[in-house]
Amino acid sequence: MPRLPITKTPKVYVGGAFIRSESGRTYPLEDADGHFFANVPQCTRKDVRNAVEAAAKAGPGWAKRTGYNRGQILYRLAEMLEARSAEMADSLELGGATEAAARQETSAAIDRLIYYAGWADKYEQVLGNVNPVAGPFFNFTVTEPMGIVGVIAPDPAPLLALVSLLAPVIVSGNTAVALASEAQPYPAITLGEMLATSDLPGGVVNLLTGFRKEMVPTFATHTHFRALSAVASAADRKALALGAAESVKRIHLVAAEDNPDWSDAAAQSLYAIREFLEFKTTWHPIGV
Amino acid sequence: MATLKKSSALAPRPRTAIKSGGTRPPGALALRPISRPNGVRASAPGGRTPPELIFGDLWEYDPAPETADPKLLRRYELFIGGKFVAPKSKRYFDSINPGNEEKLAEIALANAADVDSAYAAAHAAQRDVWGKLPGRERAKYLYRIARLLQDRAREFAVAETLDGGKPIKESRDFDIPMAAAHFFYHAGWADKLEYVAPGRRLAPLGVVGQVIPWNFPLLMLAWKIAPALALGNCVVIKPAETTSITALKFAQLLIDAELPPGVVNIVTGAGETGAAVTTHPTAAKIAFTGSTEVGKIILRALAGTGKKLTMELGGKAANIIFDDAPLDQAVEGIVNGIFFNQGHVCCAGSRLLVHEPVADRVIAKLENRLKVLRVGDPMDKNTDLGAINSAQQLKTITELVESGVAEGAQMYQPPCRLPAKGYYFRPTVFTQVTQSHRIAREEIFGPVVSVLTFRTVEEAIEKANNTAYGLSAGVWTDKGSRILKLSTELKAGVVWANTYNKFDPSSPFGGYKESGFGREGGRQGLLDYAQLV
Repeated sequence: MPRLPITKTPKVYVGGAFIRSESGRTYPLEDADGHFFANVPQCTRKDVRNAVEAAAKAGPGWAKRTGYNRGQILYRLAEMLEARSAEMADSLELGGATEAAARQETSAAIDRLIYYAGWADKYEQVLGNVNPVAGPFFNFTVTEPMGIVGVIAPDPAPLLALVSLLAPVIVSGNTAVALASEAQPYPAITLGEMLATSDLPGGVVNLLTGFRKEMVPTFATHTHFRALSAVASAADRKALALGAAESVKRIHLVAAEDNPDWSDAAAQSLYAIREFLEFKTTWHPIGV
Repeated sequence: MATLKKSSALAPRPRTAIKSGGTRPPGALALRPISRPNGVRASAPGGRTPPELIFGDLWEYDPAPETADPKLLRRYELFIGGKFVAPKSKRYFDSINPGNEEKLAEIALANAADVDSAYAAAHAAQRDVWGKLPGRERAKYLYRIARLLQDRAREFAVAETLDGGKPIKESRDFDIPMAAAHFFYHAGWADKLEYVAPGRRLAPLGVVGQVIPWNFPLLMLAWKIAPALALGNCVVIKPAETTSITALKFAQLLIDAELPPGVVNIVTGAGETGAAVTTHPTAAKIAFTGSTEVGKIILRALAGTGKKLTMELGGKAANIIFDDAPLDQAVEGIVNGIFFNQGHVCCAGSRLLVHEPVADRVIAKLENRLKVLRVGDPMDKNTDLGAINSAQQLKTITELVESGVAEGAQMYQPPCRLPAKGYYFRPTVFTQVTQSHRIAREEIFGPVVSVLTFRTVEEAIEKANNTAYGLSAGVWTDKGSRILKLSTELKAGVVWANTYNKFDPSSPFGGYKESGFGREGGRQGLLDYAQLV
């Protein structure tokens, strides 16, 4: 008699734990052939707020880690992804990617993590500097993470785009609440399981699945988000910018209709890290 | 040099400090007994504490007016396409000297059609001339501008003081030299842009719309125009309606510098003109310095346009004094932090956080120091606090100060006599302030400091960060590691340690949180006027 396999209940990764939506709602996910695959949490704005709370708790500790440590943790995440790349490729194939495309996207996501892992203890040396002010002062400009960043991933490239948006945010000590691809949430579910085994402290990355239209307004207006990084439609970009105005959030919005190529070398950059940094300048007298 | 003369009848400032049997000038508030700086109170025979003698008690200052000619015109037109042009609106508004409420000049009021012409001129100049000019040539124009401004610094300083009300010593020693320095600094970047962003090339954005405030009129203009031009952009800039004169005098410098027409266009007016500048479709970027309230209006108006923005908004800076700080220097820092430019400074140290063990001493020293601050004629070289910029701002300050009294904080103002004409406000210290008081939360933008106390480093950080703003902060302590701890923990874009209100073109300035985003000055500020290619 054939053994009946154990199916996995997809859960979202929030505050280092695997949870269902507080609403108890799910939406069914089909495989590429149109067969029922699993029920995915349909997160709510309350889930966004809970995730923000988790991110807020994790924030100060993560920001205080050394760049060396954060770099190793991102590297460890890449290790986890590499070791379980077949599983991740399966998650991508579920959404219709060919085997080759799924493997390629997984590899690109791993390489992207390695790219940003390497920046962890270097971006400061490139972006900050000492300023030669005209007076007896030692004056220097350093960077600091902004805090909690809301991330909204596009539908295409559900893994690579998500990783490309998350890595430059967290490498500098920000924490993130991310909304996964609505059409293809499963790679994000799988990524959560890898994040959980990567030494990344719980709450640094919080991944939600569900419907954009339900959560975009909360991403826009929640005042604890200090910045937003989103690939969004024109209507969503306007909604995000309008909400962001109320608390002067920093916004980095990419037009979804431009359909950016996430595998392009230009999709990774020091300047993506810079988008989520504040510059702080300190003046100190030089004297006795 | 100040001429000191005993009790001149002409002296603007009466003898004020406590003297036995002396009378208080009208309007002065009750004074506390003052302890001597060393904390020792000498007893006079009979057990009565003799009054402390403070500087200026025994003599009066003679007036020391600055007399250089500001070379003002009676009427200023718009500056569009390299020419002074009459406004299509056909309307003009008065610019008032806030020091004596006299009309200085009338200023053209730009309407949407005028702003449109300005953008058209800027767009053509950027496309045909400025955007094609090699960096080294752009640099030469900026150097010329810096030099021409230095040449006429005194004249500009006088104009700035007459128009804005700030003390002549500040416009002379700070505003104008610093404005020239910004042009000089950014000039040198224009041909070195490949060093700004390693791995990327910089390209101009196009036409930039800029709206600047009235607190440092020419300096804010320099902060905006110098980096924009260095990067190859052209600008449409709107000065604040109460302080347009130095911007329009500056336009003449641009003609003298032979800057190509249209590279800089200056449109004057109030909020409606500003809205036309910030919402114009030609603008690739909007740079705004002003209140958080107006900043949010602009952010909402531009939501969805994808335009690049720099917002330099309000502040409510904490100036933190620890018990090991050199207190006399700290008191000077407090005074400079809040009374510089009548407190019309977005990064003013308007919340004084004092370590409890020294709170009484610091407050006593501060109040003592306030008694020798000279409030009055901005054109007098000895004036410390000049005029409040406008009747409207005076009203705002007065209202907030009244709220402080109504909410139970204790107010101290030194007993100085204010000029009969003009907009003036006494330097004001509030003690017994709690974090929920409006005077501890809202930006007053006037010479008013709210004193709070703390016991531990953690409490100081907590209180300092307990605000929606995050522009600047001050820390006074003898301990280096504590400075670095606070500088790390304070959520503010600029931290002054054992100093305050220092600025430099090479030092990036800008805020965290609701104090805005983007930086002005330094290497970091350049990227806000460029696109990476």
